[in-house]
Amino acid sequence: MMTIDATTLPVIFASLMGVSILLYVVLDGFDLGVGLLFPFATPAERDRMIASIGPFWDANETWLVLAIGLLLVAFPSAHGVILTALYLPVAVMLIGLILRGVAFEFRVKAPQAHKRHWDVAFFAGSLMTALSQGFMLGLYIMGLGWTWGHAAFGLLTAGALAVAYSFIGAAWIILKTDGDLQKKAVVWARGGIWGVVLGMGSISAAPPLVSPRIFDRWFTFPELLLLAPLPLMSGALIALLWVALRHLPTRDDRFAWFPFAGATSLMVLGFAGMAYSFYPYIVPESLTIYEAASAPESLLIILIGTCFVLPVILGYSVLSYTVFRGKATSLSYD
Amino acid sequence: MMDTLLLSRIQFAANISFHILFPTITIALGWVLLFFRWRFARTGLQKWMDAYLFWVKVFALSFALGVVSGITMSFQFGTNWPGFMETVGNVAGPLLAYEVLTAFFLEAVFLGIMLFGARRVPPWLHITATALVAFGTTMSAFWILVLNSWMHTPQGYELRDGIVHATDWWAIIFNPSMPYRLSHMLLASGLTVAFLIAGLAAFRRLIGDRTEGSALQLRFGLTLGAVLIPAQILMGDLHGLNTLEHQPAKVAAMEGNWETGSHVPLLLFAIPDETLRTNHAEIAVPNGASLILKHDPAGVVPGLNDFVAADGTLLHPPVTPVFWGFRVMVGTGVAMLALSWLGVALIWRRKGAEALPRPFLFATTAMAFSGWVATLSGWYVTEIGRQPWLVTGVLSTKAAVGEVAAPMVMGTLMAYLAVYAGLLIAYIGALMHLARRAAEGAPPRDPLEARSPAPTPAE
Ligand code: HDD
Ligand code: HEM
Ligand code: HEM
Repeated sequence: MMTIDATTLPVIFASLMGVSILLYVVLDGFDLGVGLLFPFATPAERDRMIASIGPFWDANETWLVLAIGLLLVAFPSAHGVILTALYLPVAVMLIGLILRGVAFEFRVKAPQAHKRHWDVAFFAGSLMTALSQGFMLGLYIMGLGWTWGHAAFGLLTAGALAVAYSFIGAAWIILKTDGDLQKKAVVWARGGIWGVVLGMGSISAAPPLVSPRIFDRWFTFPELLLLAPLPLMSGALIALLWVALRHLPTRDDRFAWFPFAGATSLMVLGFAGMAYSFYPYIVPESLTIYEAASAPESLLIILIGTCFVLPVILGYSVLSYTVFRGKATSLSYD
Repeated sequence: MMDTLLLSRIQFAANISFHILFPTITIALGWVLLFFRWRFARTGLQKWMDAYLFWVKVFALSFALGVVSGITMSFQFGTNWPGFMETVGNVAGPLLAYEVLTAFFLEAVFLGIMLFGARRVPPWLHITATALVAFGTTMSAFWILVLNSWMHTPQGYELRDGIVHATDWWAIIFNPSMPYRLSHMLLASGLTVAFLIAGLAAFRRLIGDRTEGSALQLRFGLTLGAVLIPAQILMGDLHGLNTLEHQPAKVAAMEGNWETGSHVPLLLFAIPDETLRTNHAEIAVPNGASLILKHDPAGVVPGLNDFVAADGTLLHPPVTPVFWGFRVMVGTGVAMLALSWLGVALIWRRKGAEALPRPFLFATTAMAFSGWVATLSGWYVTEIGRQPWLVTGVLSTKAAVGEVAAPMVMGTLMAYLAVYAGLLIAYIGALMHLARRAAEGAPPRDPLEARSPAPTPAE
């Protein structure tokens, strides 16, 4: 049996952090995607789109708080290095998150005449958040440098992540609505899938080219064979999604869940690949999770709490998704 | 030219000041909503439901602002103060983690059910969700104030190679200033909400709202304020005594007292002068400070001159902001006492809030945001009073700042300030708009809205 010691704790915390980043990207990804699709929708459709994410977005965003919190508490020195290196994009993201989050509330509480402005703020906030997160992803993959090459790659990943978010956002709308809006979302998703292909392709191709270490981890035997399912499954999923989007929406609304499930699986696969590439580094190529971890006593205290609390959190998240299951209808407080 | 340290301090202060405005409202408003909801369930009277439906909108709006500005806060530690987590991360980390795990998820998940679930879940579950949200905001106040109090009065740790390691979690959580700070802050939140409710209700009556609902809310707000303010003043006094024991330099700055001695007067007004190390234009109550702090006219009160190192380095906080921050807070507290007690007396004599005179309604409206003023000045006293330390005796503010270029910090600071100014205007505007609409009775519809079949969500 493995005892919990100074080397297992960092792995556990890195995994926890990975899981919360992944949950964040999927869950807030669809919220942000809905925001990115706002300009293409009519005012009535916008209300419906908001209604589909209204009860969830706050909890979804909390996974980001948990992820950054875990980085902060478990790997304090990495936290400082990463966040000072990403100072500007982080600020852009925070302002984007602020605009997005408050626009939600203001658009129905401020005077009606201002509603359109808050719709613009909602879109702008979602866009700023998606682009800056994509940009940070790119910089991180490239090793946190600030050269023209890094910035150019960052811009590419920024665009790719924004498209990926709007893809999963469209998939969410397909799942949660019906009628004309659902049809429109299928069209949006058909467009978005090309962005997903491009994005996943470039994000997968870059790390091995930048880092010989990552290249060796993938392109040697027998790893190559063991890892082959990752890209193969991704390819198969994309093909299936492509076919499904040709046929949706079906008359009895079967398979409306499929694009969302497919998009989520794609994100999980992409994430697994990245995690494999970067392990054991938390600051790419310079600081490992073992070097960056805080004192074991403190980590243990958090871990004990997490073991009790995480199942509860998952439990009441499931409750919330159950209460608001089915097609989104209008939201009201009474 | 301002350096990174100063800019980072201003930026941190701006962000936390903006953030705290909204928790101050949500922490207590959650409980108030639970009360309204429970009264409605008990009595079935529509006026309680009206109160609930009005204030739940304010809650939702404040909550959203609290959440988004809170996220900014958690990133700040890494972007601007990397030295903080590197040095005290072993204590601060678990406390912050527990806040996220036990409070943030609870609030965030049940908020959805609380706001939009009334028709989808049975009443008991809706009331439970409301209670859990209120509990969650209070829990998060608990954890963050534990951390903040520990930064003021640290204990239960040891230093190894300059890094803080936790040795006794019980001592860390129940550090000496925590009970005082937590109670004082929770009461501050209650008062902020009490005066906001009374203020908006008074505003509604001024613009012609004669409904039972506005009278009810006016009476509720004033009564809540009248009950809480004496407790707050008592708590503040105890808090000050505790600070005298643990952070005497801060108390010396609050009192504007330069020389340690007995029979120290209480300064009502003064202009502290840090270069000459004296006060100008003093208006004082003889023996006042000695009486308040030592309960004895001959009590010895510490002076700022005791906190200067042999080489002239100042070991006490900047005097003027602490001195004035304290007076603004206490002054607001006294005004709250006067207004709420006068209001309750008038309601009692005239048998109801319907007959409150217009000048009184004006005064109440003017005090709608007085809780914010007192809370912010209180925090400024506490936090500036801790300087030059970030964690008293352990880590100086200077040692924690990150190496970000000053112009970059300046740029983000300007961006935050612009966003915050806009949002604050929009927030107060939205509150006034909601009050005006409630006063008019039926919600006005915009033409676009009337044509579209889908009802407005979450209105
Ligand atoms: C006395 C109370 C108090 C104080 C001093 C602070 N907060 Fe706060 N915070 C709350 C009370 C609160 C709250 C009442 O729990 C909020 C406000 C509205 C809300 O929804 O939760 C919140 C929200 C909130 C959130 C969003 C949570 C979510 O996603 O639901 C974050 C990340 C933080 N805060 C972080 C911080 C940090 C890092 C602080 C200090 C530096 C801080 N807060 C000071
Ligand atoms: C919620 C109300 C709070 C307000 C209004 C507030 C205000 C301030 C202000 C004005 C300063 C600047 C002091 C100076 O540099 O002269 C400061 C410093 C600081 N406070 Fe607070 N604070 C609050 C709560 C907290 C909490 C809960 C924490 C952490 C748990 C915290 C952590 C810090 C840190 C890290 C600094 C150092 C940065 C700096 O000096 O600006 N504060 N705060
Ligand atoms: C009127 C009598 C009051 C007294 C004697 C008093 C006393 C104090 C003292 C001594 C502090 C500094 C604590 C420290 O040393 O760190 C403080 C802080 C504070 N005060 Fe007051 N206070 C009063 C009224 C109020 C009112 C009316 C409010 C808000 C509605 C308020 C809100 C705060 C807050 C938020 C803080 C900072 C957090 C803390 O340290 O507790 N106070 N108060």
